[in-house]
Amino acid sequence: MTSRELILGRIRAALGDADEVAEPPLPRGYLSAHAPAEDPVALLDLLHRNLADYRALVHRCTEAELPDRIAELLAARSSRTVALPAGLPASWLSGVGDVELLPDDGSLTAARLDAVDSVVTGCALAIAETGTIVLDAGPGQGRRLLSLVPDHHVCVVRAPEQVVASVPLALPRLDPARPQTWISGPSATSDIELDRVEGVHGPRTLEVLLVKS
Amino acid sequence: MNGTFLGMPAFPQAAARAVRDGQLRANLRHATHTIRDKRARAVAELPDWAELRAAGKAIKDHTLRHLDRYLVQLEESVTAAGGTVHWAADAEEANRIVAGLIRATGDSDIEKREVVKVKSMATQEIGLNEALAAEGITAYETDLAELIVQLGDDRPSHILVPAIHRNRAEIREIFADRMAAWGRPAPESLTDSPAELAEAARLHLREKFLRARVAVSGANFMVAETGTLVVVESEGNGRMCLTLPRTLISVVGIEKVVPTWRDLEVFLQLLPRSSTAERMNPYTSLWTGTTEDDGPSEFHLVLLDNGRTAALADQVGRQALRCIRCSACLNVCPVYERAGGHAYGSVYPGPIGAILNPQLRGTSSPVDASLPYASSLCGACYEVCPVAIDIPEVLVHLRERVAEQGGHPLERAAMAAAGYVLDHPAALAAAERLAGRTRALHPRRLPGPGRAWTDSRDLPEVPAEPFRDWWRRNRA
Repeated sequence: MTSRELILGRIRAALGDADEVAEPPLPRGYLSAHAPAEDPVALLDLLHRNLADYRALVHRCTEAELPDRIAELLAARSSRTVALPAGLPASWLSGVGDVELLPDDGSLTAARLDAVDSVVTGCALAIAETGTIVLDAGPGQGRRLLSLVPDHHVCVVRAPEQVVASVPLALPRLDPARPQTWISGPSATSDIELDRVEGVHGPRTLEVLLVKS
Repeated sequence: MNGTFLGMPAFPQAAARAVRDGQLRANLRHATHTIRDKRARAVAELPDWAELRAAGKAIKDHTLRHLDRYLVQLEESVTAAGGTVHWAADAEEANRIVAGLIRATGDSDIEKREVVKVKSMATQEIGLNEALAAEGITAYETDLAELIVQLGDDRPSHILVPAIHRNRAEIREIFADRMAAWGRPAPESLTDSPAELAEAARLHLREKFLRARVAVSGANFMVAETGTLVVVESEGNGRMCLTLPRTLISVVGIEKVVPTWRDLEVFLQLLPRSSTAERMNPYTSLWTGTTEDDGPSEFHLVLLDNGRTAALADQVGRQALRCIRCSACLNVCPVYERAGGHAYGSVYPGPIGAILNPQLRGTSSPVDASLPYASSLCGACYEVCPVAIDIPEVLVHLRERVAEQGGHPLERAAMAAAGYVLDHPAALAAAERLAGRTRALHPRRLPGPGRAWTDSRDLPEVPAEPFRDWWRRNRA
């Protein structure tokens, strides 16, 4: 007998007491959202507050201001090299001037990214209630290691179309077949006497640009 | 202290030692009270917490009720997405599978001798690191707390904060003394500031992440419908392990499956608030099989039984399998707060450990037979459990099981003696007087078979004079 048959057999024996009465439907009386899902202004403010609460640095701008704001953020950290996922709008980096751009064509290794100053990505969506950004490896987001290895991550969220109120409203918009990374603030640990320290392994600085379209 | 739970003394002896350790008690008290208060605030933010909790309980119960069906569905989904599923009936088989997979991967010798690991209760439960070491494979723990435990040749004492029993000065000492033996040494000038300690860990571990070709993980949830695995974490070491290596091996208990993608909406709300008291943990990774050009090109899922089906067979006890390992029950438990995690003799300490271990391992060993008694039955653990496991109910149920197999030797002796004395009033009066006159000589702890009882309790003081004598003298 294989272990598969053994385990499945043990489970069926263990459940031998199961009466075959119809089960009641699962109780799903919880709320689909705790924030006003239909109020984009309030949702954006809530997202902003919750991102900041988890020590992400949050900025707001318009579509037209975006290239300059990205350039400012990179300059403020004296970033010399910036990794870019495939599919990121070229216009976003049009203001950066003397910065080495490294578009990812699949050849950027973890070791190379370890020496890169910053990475700029878009996102799949953002969840206002929890202050969470979801990346799903789509265009402008790239492979998972891009937003992981560099120490500085600049992430662009377009409002209102990429902002949802809650986890229950986020899941139906995401494709389980795609690898996903949900990010709520920068890397953090509380393992030493429960003192929160930013950054053990992921980016120590997360900057979020909320762009009003 | 060494790295194994084998040969642990029963709970009362281990706890008696722990409660005399003032430093340990101070560390634990600070930590548990801090998390407990933060958690209460995070939960209070959601007006529908009771409904979420009911849904979490119902989804888990439903899944357990049809566990065979959902595991087969999960196997199909994972396989269709490019993963390989293995079944392990016990710890020994799981360890053998993982060691075999590691040896079969990689082109160079080093790839067959080193793996990085993201913290996983299941692999601690089966002693994977020790089993791999015996095969000449080094497993590097990458969670900061697990690193502290591993470098200190220590054991985890809390589900969520494994090094909760260590303060910053102790951690600095461990890093300064031990890091060099495992890889990049700690900086010369290392102080005990948490930021510096975390930076030392970052540098020490990054070297390993960039080199690793094989990673081992657990998972918080597995979705039968889609074949998706979910790992919830804070530091990013999980993301490193799950995305950088070429081969990923996940060892997951069979009870971690949930039926549908939608079910995650319940657990991704319940878990972060209950465990770290956050609206959402910093990082959650979800992956389905393998993805071309993104992450590991090989993915193996090892489904672990190791006693879970025995727990499933117990109609009262099976609710322990609903556990999502949030550790809220540890942080509210007055017994855990004083005894510490090591006293439970397992990777699952606290109230959940007190009901999970005797079910996973049986009650034949002294430590497992003592665990159902490691509680005051105050019920705080049930109150905070996000999937409403009635821990006190299971504790009492397991006490019955232990009693049926003979119970405590002292209990039997005491009950026999008491039966005789209470049936003979003259003997009772004589015994009372004798006790009163010799009370200066009474030990604080009972000798012989009674020791087991007084290991965890102080004997009551005997009054100078029996009440009945006093009554006769004053009122008669």
